[in-house]
Amino acid sequence: MKYMMLVCTDTEPDRDPGAAPDIEKWVAERDANGQRLTGSRFAPPSAATTVRVRDGELLLTDGPFAETKEVIVGFDLLECADLDEAVEVARAHPMAYAGRIELRPLVED
Amino acid sequence: MTDAAGAVAEAGAEAYPRIVAALIRVTGDWTLAEDCAQEALAAALERWPRTGVPDNPGGWLMTAARNRAVDVLRRATVERRKLRDLALLTDPAPAPPEGDVVDDRLRLIFTCCHPALALEARVALTLRTVAGVPTADIARAFLVTESTMTRRLTRAKARIAAAGVPYRVPTGPALVERLPGVLAVLYLLFTRGYDADGEPAFAAEAIRLARLLHTLLPDQPEAAGLLALFLLHHSRRAARRDPSGDLLTLDQQDRARWDRAAIAEGVALLERAGDGPYALQARIAAAHATAPTAADTDWPAIAGCYDALARLQPTPVVGLNRAVAHGYAHGPAAGLALLVEVRAGGALDGYPPAVAAEAELAARLGDPVRAAALFRAAADEVRSDPERRALLRRAAELSP
Repeated sequence: MKYMMLVCTDTEPDRDPGAAPDIEKWVAERDANGQRLTGSRFAPPSAATTVRVRDGELLLTDGPFAETKEVIVGFDLLECADLDEAVEVARAHPMAYAGRIELRPLVED
Repeated sequence: MTDAAGAVAEAGAEAYPRIVAALIRVTGDWTLAEDCAQEALAAALERWPRTGVPDNPGGWLMTAARNRAVDVLRRATVERRKLRDLALLTDPAPAPPEGDVVDDRLRLIFTCCHPALALEARVALTLRTVAGVPTADIARAFLVTESTMTRRLTRAKARIAAAGVPYRVPTGPALVERLPGVLAVLYLLFTRGYDADGEPAFAAEAIRLARLLHTLLPDQPEAAGLLALFLLHHSRRAARRDPSGDLLTLDQQDRARWDRAAIAEGVALLERAGDGPYALQARIAAAHATAPTAADTDWPAIAGCYDALARLQPTPVVGLNRAVAHGYAHGPAAGLALLVEVRAGGALDGYPPAVAAEAELAARLGDPVRAAALFRAAADEVRSDPERRALLRRAAELSP
């Protein structure tokens, strides 16, 4: 299954005091074993542009469409056998310690 | 109940999870698996009174359920491979798992108890799919409508498929990490949900599942501890209430009505149960269960178990029970000292059992006035009438 892994900051100040894993190592290992198909960090939300078409007219808004304090700071596209494997990948990411990670399965036909 | 109906119930209790688990593994379709297992039970109820109970009732049920699944899938013209795998599904009672061969029922339990599902959904799904409890009965015990419970179960099953929850038993460190969650679901299943008489609704199912889990994972001490705890608690079921339905404390219960076979099984399990939280609670229950009279209770042993439990689970309620145990084991002054310590945090303020415990200790320390006042204070806080009556009776005994 493919999982979109959304890497987010967390408004809760409850970061794990334990040593978080190294991101470079995380990426290199998952790229090597085929679990990570692609991924990137995002530019800050101030660089976001929201696009809508209403009554045929293009409407652009600066900033992200969701006004939340949590910010998606990056993504990784995973290829995993199942949720357990995807959770193992996510728990090894440094942002699981300092923020939160959402796993969204892709609908594959 | 006729003999045939009894045979269906007995064979069904044993075979149901095996049938559902095997059909899910082969077809991947939870609803199909449950429907076919139910239909096999219905067919047996209809057939066996006429034809007699077959030599291998579990095998008969598995075959009937498999044939039903083949019919349904054939009509839906699914892939050949599933049909072929189904056709091979004949062994009604496979040999106990050895090495890497995992029992289907264990797969089913770990999937129903997966932490990616909401806790309530895990409990309901385990009752429905592993224990085969009808949805209407689950709904009644959890005080929701049947359609609400049906929706909850449907959502849980849909989520298993959509989120990619695997149909697998974790191994190695992952098993150690996941097992406590499975045990917690069984514990909730034992304690949550009530019958009309106020007793736990699914205690028998919880015991059956805990026994299954212990059989399948004999090397996991906490699985043995949980089963022992269930059996020892359940052994008092017939003695727990007076004729009017009021709860009786341990020292008021008629010990002749305790289930000796359940106690013996629970005590025997403790040899392999280790020192985890469930085992410690089971050891406490065993100390009560094996005392011929309340006065014979081995309170020092119970106090020792609470010391260990408080280290593993330093909650206020464990601290309260520990203080009470020490009060009996080492005198009321020792108990009161521990109680003052637990109450210092304020977490037990206004909690009637804590107030009643302090009252009992004050009475035994020779302060009936303070004790009576505390009993009355506790009575003000409790919600049930029988409990209030019992507390006020104690107060009246101390200061007539």
